[in-house]
Amino acid sequence: MAVSHLQCKECKAEYPLEALYVCDQCFGPLEVVYDHSASTGDVAELRRRIQGGPQNIWRYADFLPLAGGPPGPSGRLASRVGLPAGCTPLIRADRLAERLGLREVWVKNDAANPTHSFKDRVVSVAVTRARELGFETIACASTGNLANSVAAHGAALGMDSYVFIPADLEEQKILATGIYGTNLVGVEGNYDDVNRLCTELCAEREWAFVNINLRPYYAEGSKTLAFEIAEQLGWELPDRCIVPVASGSLFTKIARGFEEWTELGLLDGELPRMNGAQAEGCSPVASAYAAGADVCRPVKPSTIAKSLAIGNPADGPYALDLARRSGGGVDAVSDDEIRAAIKLLAETTGVFTETAGGVTTAVLAKLAARGEIDPDERVVLVITGEGLKTLDAVRGTFETRTIAPSVEAFEAGVRQTVSV
Amino acid sequence: MSVTVKIPTQLRAAAGGEAEASLDGATVQEVLDGLFDRFEELRARISDEDGSLRRFVNVYLAGEDIRFLDGLATPVKDGSELTILPAVAGG
Ligand SMILES: Cc1ncc(COP(=O)(O)O)c(C=O)c1O
Ligand SMILES: [Zn+2]
Repeated sequence: MAVSHLQCKECKAEYPLEALYVCDQCFGPLEVVYDHSASTGDVAELRRRIQGGPQNIWRYADFLPLAGGPPGPSGRLASRVGLPAGCTPLIRADRLAERLGLREVWVKNDAANPTHSFKDRVVSVAVTRARELGFETIACASTGNLANSVAAHGAALGMDSYVFIPADLEEQKILATGIYGTNLVGVEGNYDDVNRLCTELCAEREWAFVNINLRPYYAEGSKTLAFEIAEQLGWELPDRCIVPVASGSLFTKIARGFEEWTELGLLDGELPRMNGAQAEGCSPVASAYAAGADVCRPVKPSTIAKSLAIGNPADGPYALDLARRSGGGVDAVSDDEIRAAIKLLAETTGVFTETAGGVTTAVLAKLAARGEIDPDERVVLVITGEGLKTLDAVRGTFETRTIAPSVEAFEAGVRQTVSV
Repeated sequence: MSVTVKIPTQLRAAAGGEAEASLDGATVQEVLDGLFDRFEELRARISDEDGSLRRFVNVYLAGEDIRFLDGLATPVKDGSELTILPAVAGG
């Protein structure tokens, strides 16, 4: 395996591959470092090796931080160990593109994961690493989707789990967590309060908090989105990616995935323009971007996009840096724009996304309207979660006619499209 | 005025192994200065050269991020609790 050690992103101090996440010299975040020197050179062989792998994220095991490789035999729909994540559809969205005056838009539908969000990628990696390190209990601080995923992975692997969420989360996300038999804790406060509490608890418990002490491993899981997009485009880079931003981990790690494969010769070309998407009611990164700042001022979130409601984003500075150096940006959209965009995506692609995907789609629409996207660009819209988890956002947006079960009632009560 | 400062695990080695320290001061700044006087090594770990907090350090007064208050100038009361934590968690 190519995984080598942990390293501080700020001061470059090195650490062993343990449950560590912060540099005790400068408090910077730790990141996994690989040594691919043994595998460089034969690109065709590398590609064959990936293509011969299972139909899930473990096909990219060479680029993930596991000492023992994939946890066991698995495919897209079958698995001996855990819940297979990844290998989600990349869909050409010509009708959406046309509505926005663009030519080539693709939707990466990561709602098609075991618990219906991209979080299954990061959790699979974190939990597998946690088992390698000997942990028996997994835990997380969550805005909702992570809660679903940690609870489900705990159930699948027979590990105890503790899931901490803001108490006022969407009912669908609470139900889709508790059902797995986890220890579900609703905290009176927002996500940042939950995160502070868990950071304190993490120091006192022998638990693997997937997004705290296991965060360097967790974050690596998001690279698989970039790997899949590139592989599904025929080993090519898109020109631009639109990605939702909460802590900024997903956004920065998708770029890292593209860069890693480009360094290895698996891909050729420039890093895509990376556009981050936030809700106006929680836009610390978009505000800092607009202000030309290189750090984010924390905010108190108030938006329907609860899955993105992190007011104090851990990877804020790196997200800002990425947006600038890739020629992308970070934009914020209103709750009304989010609702309209959920509908737009559903009506033009058949993909029903949660509020986070509404944020992403609304930012795409905004960039297109501003004329920022060259019509010839190949754009990938990263849809990270499922519409059935945020039903309140779409309630009342259309009408259902109720009629008596007769042809007459149908003729009288339903306006029909006249076909010629 | 006596304030309890909770020290994160990552800094305990530089704080004589202590998880908490009791310090005097009228503002967050004064309490932290007292902490640095007691454990000199902590100064460079938590603050930048210009004396502001490093960007990956969060300080909370009774659970509230001091950036929502008056920052380092935030007044503290007798019995207040100040918590220092890494900022790189979550997501
Ligand atoms: C659906 C969805 N999309 C995107 C994100 C953003 O993740 P990150 O914290 O890595 O920026 C989240 C995080 O909770 C999420 O639930
Ligand atoms: Zn460091």
